[in-house]
Amino acid sequence: MTKVYVPRDMAALAVGAKRVLAAIEKEAAARGEAIQIVRNGSRGLLWLEPLVEVETPEGRIGYGNVKPSDVPSLFDAGFLRGGAHPLSIGKVEEHPYWAKQTRVTFERVGVIDPVNLDDYVAHGGGQGLAKAFEIGPAKVIEEVTKSGLRGRGGAGFPAGIKWKTVADAPADRRYVVTNADEGDSGTFADRMVMEGDPFVLIEGMTICGYAIGASKGFIYLRAEYPQCAEVLTEALEAARKAGWLGPNVRGSGFAFDIELRIGAGAYVCGEETSLLESLEGKRGIVRAKPPLPAHVGFMSRPTVVNNVLTLATAPAILAKGGEYYASLGVGRSRGTMPLQIAGNVKFGGLYETPFGLTLGEIVNDIGGGSLSGRPVRAVQCGGPLGAYVPPSLFDTPFDYEAFQKHDSLIGHGGLVVFDDTVDMAQMARFGMEFCAIESCGKCTPCRIGSTRGVETIDRIVEGVDVEANIELLSDLCHTMKFGSLCALGGFAPYPVESALRHYPEDFRKATLPAAAE
Amino acid sequence: MSGAVPWNEARAQEIIDAHLGLEGPALPILHAIQEEFGYVPEAAVPQIAQSLNISRAEMHGVVSFYHDFRRAPAGRHVLKLCRAESCQSMGSEKIAKDFLERVKLEWGGTANDGSLTVEAVYCLGLCAHSPGALYDNEPIGRVDAEMLDELAAEARNS
Ligand SMILES: Cc1cc2nc3c(=O)[nH]c(=O)nc-3n(C[C@H](O)[C@H](O)[C@H](O)COP(=O)(O)O)c2cc1C
Ligand code: SF4
Ligand code: FES
Repeated sequence: MTKVYVPRDMAALAVGAKRVLAAIEKEAAARGEAIQIVRNGSRGLLWLEPLVEVETPEGRIGYGNVKPSDVPSLFDAGFLRGGAHPLSIGKVEEHPYWAKQTRVTFERVGVIDPVNLDDYVAHGGGQGLAKAFEIGPAKVIEEVTKSGLRGRGGAGFPAGIKWKTVADAPADRRYVVTNADEGDSGTFADRMVMEGDPFVLIEGMTICGYAIGASKGFIYLRAEYPQCAEVLTEALEAARKAGWLGPNVRGSGFAFDIELRIGAGAYVCGEETSLLESLEGKRGIVRAKPPLPAHVGFMSRPTVVNNVLTLATAPAILAKGGEYYASLGVGRSRGTMPLQIAGNVKFGGLYETPFGLTLGEIVNDIGGGSLSGRPVRAVQCGGPLGAYVPPSLFDTPFDYEAFQKHDSLIGHGGLVVFDDTVDMAQMARFGMEFCAIESCGKCTPCRIGSTRGVETIDRIVEGVDVEANIELLSDLCHTMKFGSLCALGGFAPYPVESALRHYPEDFRKATLPAAAE
Repeated sequence: MSGAVPWNEARAQEIIDAHLGLEGPALPILHAIQEEFGYVPEAAVPQIAQSLNISRAEMHGVVSFYHDFRRAPAGRHVLKLCRAESCQSMGSEKIAKDFLERVKLEWGGTANDGSLTVEAVYCLGLCAHSPGALYDNEPIGRVDAEMLDELAAEARNS
């Protein structure tokens, strides 16, 4: 029976994967062709979704941007045997967008059936945990430390050190919490892992639990990902059934289980202490640090809070060795980063690669420039708290420290491309507005400052006392940066300041003489 | 989003009780209440508070903190339009503004015939297919005016 892959990834569904699946099933039945449908995750070649793949003796042949109306002609062309068709992209694994990646965290995403544990194991899944059980908790932490893996949620804190802190904290119980709140605009890597290879997150959390001495884990998933919740629920169920979760994980004697929790539409609940409050059933108000969650976390117990990608990378680090992972990357940015190329861009998708490519290579060579075909004017890196970077800085290598040098950040690896129709004063205004909408309200610079920021930008745009108001806005940014408790208020100024710095003309349109057209 | 049942205190208590074994059960309870009744009725707040042994004011604070908990029923269908940066880079703000004008609604508003509620969201993880939307939890990418008009029409007729 021919295997036909039709992704269940949310982005593929958003462009019609379900209708394509129905059309394929109907056509196959009408023609008496026996097929086996596999609902895989996405390969990350998102601009080609729905990307239908057919397994042939030569490998998996892909057909991109399939519409239901294309399906009869695909059958006519013999696509079940990999036949030629205008939508064919040939062997998916030879497509340059795939072939040039270094897939570590995303090794199996798009490749396997996400909720089939046998498929997971057949593609190398489970080896990391087996290794962990073999070497013991202390060596696991050593291996993760050696790998140089830094937290992928934004702050870039070394994962091994966090795990060690929790392991060393005296306690009657400890917890592992996956931060799956993924609220940054331009990011979808967490979602793609969870939809395309949920067992790798389950395995990563189990490894972490084993290393730190926790028997309970939570996944705090944002409410905006309902399809993802379905996949995770199926996977957790399958893992329990197979004894990969429960009182005796894979016969090791180690007890561990995971509970899925759904957020309720608050961006600030991605901040780890706000997340913990929310998990405990309270308002998502940020806690002052110290104490760190590593000492006083969920239910006041030592808790590892890690991003999805951080935990999902642990199995590969254990299976392949910390040294292998550390051999990739540049400077203090070790390993790979799953880049998310988004916005007004031709080849939007997920691209995992070692740190060190330049921003220009990512946006122009991999992303293909803007979708509109107009010149790229700005790239927002690292979500709503990240700076806008102009093409003049496109030689900046993708690396935590190099970005910091320009007052910008890598964050969760999202890159949002804008063409030259963007109005940067409006983007700066939105940055402040978003902060005002999502502020938890605990500190004044964030809660009030952001609203003042919106008003001040409005005055600037209207042409009222422009220079004085720009100075006021800069002061306000300064106050927010240094007077806010968490990075929502503390980093919201970065997009604003970068817009002011790199695109001064957009703030002075009302007063500058109209340019000669 | 139909399927919601009218408020029923006994049913609410069943839902609450089913979650009391969880560590930090408040959000799972609120989600389940909203799933059942279509919103979090005022009467549910003291009831949950009592079961969790916290003050009514505290519970109120929890419900009001989160954008997703409704204090009143929504329309029969809910359309969430993304307003975050990536979608803005593809013209989402103008598409949304024009649409809201055509259907005579403001953000968060419900059509007079109860067919549709339109809400803002900030990123749906569909940023490679911006502008993104969710219609009754079904994701939609590359949203344009025509698609939105079709959805509004479908909402009116179902
Ligand atoms: C406002 C705000 C929102 C955040 N949102 C997220 C998020 O959605 N996902 C995430 O993993 N980290 C987020 N973080 C970072 C977390 O606080 C924390 O650093 C992270 O979960 C730690 O995991 P890591 O070390 O694996 O990165 C956010 C931080 C702030 C200040
Ligand atoms: S900076 Fe803003 S979000 Fe962070 S704690 Fe203060 S008020 Fe809350
Ligand atoms: S910004 Fe709209 S879907 Fe991500």
